[in-house]
Amino acid sequence: MEFAELIKTPRVDGVVLHRPFMPTVEGTLCLTGHHLILSSRQDNTEELWLLHSNIDYIEKRFVGSLGTIIVKCKDLRIIQLDIPGMEECLNIASSIEALSTLDSVSLMYPFFYRPMFEVVEDGWNMFLPEEITLTLLTDEWRLSSVNKDFGVCPTYPQLVAVPKAVDDDTLRKVATFRHGGRFPVLSYYHKKNGMVMMRAGQPLTGTNGRRCKEDEKLINATLRPGKRGYIIDTRAINVAQQAKARGGGFEQEASYPQWRRIHKAIERYNILQESLIKLVEACNDQSQSMDRWLSKLEASNWQTHVKEIVTTACLAAQCIDREGASVLVHGTEGTDSTLQVTSLAQIILDPCCRTMRGFQSLVEREWLQAGHPFQQRCAQSAYSNSKARLEAPVFLLFLDCVWQVLRQFPCSFQFNEHFLVLLFEHAYASQFGTFLGNNAAERLKLKLPQKTVSLWSWVNRPQEMERFLNPLYEPNNLVIWPSVAPQSLLLWEGVFLRWNRSSKCLDEAYDEMVHIIEYNKELQSKVNALRRQLAQLETGDGLLETP
Amino acid sequence: IEHLILHHHISSVEKLSLTTSGCPLLIQCRNFRVVHFVVPRERDCHDLYSSLLRLLRPVSFDELYAFSYNPKQNDQQREEGWQLIDLSAEFERMGVPCDQWHWTDVNREYKVCDSYPRDLYVPVAASKPIIVGSSKFRSKGRFPALTYFYQEKKAAVCRCSQPLSGFSARCLEDEHMLQAISKANPNSRYIYVMDTRPKLNALANRAAGKGYENEDNYSNIRFQFVGIENIHVMRASLQKLLEVVGARALSVTDYLLGLESSGWLRHIKAIVDAAIFLSKAVTAEGASVLVHCSDGWDRTAQVCSLGALLMDPYYRTLKGFMVLIEKDWISFGHKFADRCDQLDGDPKEVSPIFTQFLDCVWQLSEQFPQAFQFSEWFLIQIHEHVHSCQFGNFLCNSQRQREELQLREKTYSLWSFLLSEQHNYENPLYSAALAERNPVLEPSTQPCHFKFWTNMYHQYDRTMHPRQSLLKHLLAVRESSCALEKTAHELEAVGARDLSVLLHVVPPTLMCGEGLPARSDGERTVEGSSATENSYAELQGPFGAKAEPHLVSLEFGVARMTC
Repeated sequence: MEFAELIKTPRVDGVVLHRPFMPTVEGTLCLTGHHLILSSRQDNTEELWLLHSNIDYIEKRFVGSLGTIIVKCKDLRIIQLDIPGMEECLNIASSIEALSTLDSVSLMYPFFYRPMFEVVEDGWNMFLPEEITLTLLTDEWRLSSVNKDFGVCPTYPQLVAVPKAVDDDTLRKVATFRHGGRFPVLSYYHKKNGMVMMRAGQPLTGTNGRRCKEDEKLINATLRPGKRGYIIDTRAINVAQQAKARGGGFEQEASYPQWRRIHKAIERYNILQESLIKLVEACNDQSQSMDRWLSKLEASNWQTHVKEIVTTACLAAQCIDREGASVLVHGTEGTDSTLQVTSLAQIILDPCCRTMRGFQSLVEREWLQAGHPFQQRCAQSAYSNSKARLEAPVFLLFLDCVWQVLRQFPCSFQFNEHFLVLLFEHAYASQFGTFLGNNAAERLKLKLPQKTVSLWSWVNRPQEMERFLNPLYEPNNLVIWPSVAPQSLLLWEGVFLRWNRSSKCLDEAYDEMVHIIEYNKELQSKVNALRRQLAQLETGDGLLETP
Repeated sequence: IEHLILHHHISSVEKLSLTTSGCPLLIQCRNFRVVHFVVPRERDCHDLYSSLLRLLRPVSFDELYAFSYNPKQNDQQREEGWQLIDLSAEFERMGVPCDQWHWTDVNREYKVCDSYPRDLYVPVAASKPIIVGSSKFRSKGRFPALTYFYQEKKAAVCRCSQPLSGFSARCLEDEHMLQAISKANPNSRYIYVMDTRPKLNALANRAAGKGYENEDNYSNIRFQFVGIENIHVMRASLQKLLEVVGARALSVTDYLLGLESSGWLRHIKAIVDAAIFLSKAVTAEGASVLVHCSDGWDRTAQVCSLGALLMDPYYRTLKGFMVLIEKDWISFGHKFADRCDQLDGDPKEVSPIFTQFLDCVWQLSEQFPQAFQFSEWFLIQIHEHVHSCQFGNFLCNSQRQREELQLREKTYSLWSFLLSEQHNYENPLYSAALAERNPVLEPSTQPCHFKFWTNMYHQYDRTMHPRQSLLKHLLAVRESSCALEKTAHELEAVGARDLSVLLHVVPPTLMCGEGLPARSDGERTVEGSSATENSYAELQGPFGAKAEPHLVSLEFGVARMTC
């Protein structure tokens, strides 16, 4: 298929662009296969380059022959294009609609994008699974390639870490007892006390309480002698009960006597999607009273979801670090709420995950490799009216939770808020291939490493990296325990209020903060240099001897 | 660990029902501290309870802490402290007196208005008979007087109380007074009269012979209601707010719905909205504005001071903010004694009007992180001392009362104390250059930009605070930079001199002392951070019962508890 077929009108002159907190621009609108471009001959104006895949929804309006297209983006921005001529406007609108909803992944921009920079370190090779997990392994764990052809679990990577005492045959049997074949695998190893966190899909106990000896063996093999463990089920008990009717279920105490099960209620799917839609609607409503704002914020339930996820992650971390117990986390499929909990718990427990590299590795390991279906979840954002069932802001919620912890520990993270916002943007629309596909198997089939550029290749260039580094960072080896009181969890303004306030004052304040810290560093090196000079003068003889 | 609580800070003491470990006593403080302690013996608890109740209710001002507080300063230092703020110098800074505005001695003996200061500024055209006539037509004699002058446009902000207009009464002198204010501004044909009350309240006041200005009787006024609620609504609102956020295991839903039903942020927004209206009228339209409410000492003080803060960067400096409070709150007779419950008085007079003002300032500082020379710690410290009664500034209801009690001779001023530790209260991001470029602040009034001030209302609950303070960190970095600058300077000087001098000049401390404070384990930078403080979930058994204080003693002015 040619993109040209979809582009009914490739260019229109005299288009006026309105963007939040930026001057209006008049210029020429061009449509290409992947971009909507507005360029102007006016001086000092910024061109607009908008990826079609970033467009969530468009609205058309007409006043006489002047048409207006309201473009609502997945990054929550809303822009307006005034297009002279009704036909042009209709053509542009239908072209955008077609181009922003392409079915085939291989037509997406990342397959066409050619980097304008030299790839120094290829992000596709940065976090090979062997490297990721080998560093974690002790003599109690091993890497299994039981899934090398994705036959045992289609959503797992080829290599997974499992207890050494359990062989691949057992794993195959366990896989038949777990939702989606997602048998328990190692997610995190707590070096401090050797405790581990594992994740899985729900056990398929069904209504008649099916058991699986191999599953029990595998799980118990992760316990040290005399130790107990916790199973954190991310569903409320009644939801877990209901799952039995559909063949799912949870671990019965009788079968897993060494484990204590805790249920937490983290929502999924359309409930989260509706929550996002309501929240964004509330944030964009400019003409409301305080009472209306607060009740809409409450009704969106977004902050409740944030609190629930952070609390559950803290609970998992508490079990591991304070109780000295191992933890198994699962919900239903083990691809959504489970990953929110396991990845956030690692941020709390492991100082490595708070570094730039470590966080990237965490996203790679606990989200991409672990089979979070990015393509399904991020197909639509807050403005879409379509009733698709697979979209959900699961990853955005995770980023929000990380931001909450970052806000409470502003000196403990090597990266800053901008980096989290960047990941949000690129998960929904990107020139990079990182977030394409739903799991490792699909990515392999799409040949992403060969055909697209990795987001990490770009981010990790020193020029780009600088913007995402937190000037306040001071490595801190502690477990960081955030407050989960509602008063301590704020609305993430950097994402949700980003487009309805001028960020000028906040940006300038941030620059000043960077300046204060940079200045201090300069002074330190200056003083050190002076000391060295003086020290050389002191040992003046030495100075004379060297030519 | 020892906890000290000033008696003046205690707003209520409650004896709860007996438990196995003893008799629990719940103390709630005006600085939002809540102390819950258990006295092992019921008898002791009862004694403690009754002594606290007695101590909490001073009946005369000389029982207050300020009269016994002695910071070891001599008389001269004390005198200097009180001279720090000079309001006549402040009016001079604004450009008053000038050809249209002058100082009047009409209230020299507090005869015209006993809740006003002695020194007042009025239009040159307003003669004494007009002032006196106008004052008789205004509630509590609070006639229109100048509080801020916007020199650039010669626009004035005046304040007063409601007119005694009833349903139809008029007063020619009062009409003349407003005319004089209007005429004093050559840039505008009209003045705004802002009645900061909701219209219904103002209407109801007419039945009591009070009310608001009839536009037909006053030439060229533009009358405007702005709808800020009264002291009783505000008191109930704060009480509700504290109930909501004080609940244990609070859910997000209960928090947000409670925040909404308390109305607190709605009230804060109403005040900010009114201040923006005032600031726009003056700076954009160049019009003079007369602000009043009922008696002109609560909402009027809030709106005038916050409006001036938006217009004039000086008030956003440490010293300027003190001047602003001294002018619009202290000198114009905000009834601190009644509102803050300094003496055993009418509980219906108590209201968090000044707290709201500080909250509004904090909201602005969140929107404009570089506009204020001071940080929220400054606001919180002022709040602390408005209630502590440790310094003389906020005692009593009016200047007249303060003079009668000879506070300047018998107590100390808070302002010199705050200035002496100024470095603690500075905002490291403050930019004076920015203030010069954009002197007038234009805040957003969208509801989503108003937030709950956790660090104020939970100042004693460390579990709620960010675990690493950005502010503290930046202040430390800045301090380190100062030390490094000095060192670099000394080293450069040394380098330029003879070597033989070197060894004597560079003190050994210079070789390691400065730089960022060393952090060995990171423990110090991560405050209040333990899993047990947060109670994430219902794991089996308690992780460690909280230590109960076992020694409680009462000393003069403070309750002392030792763990």
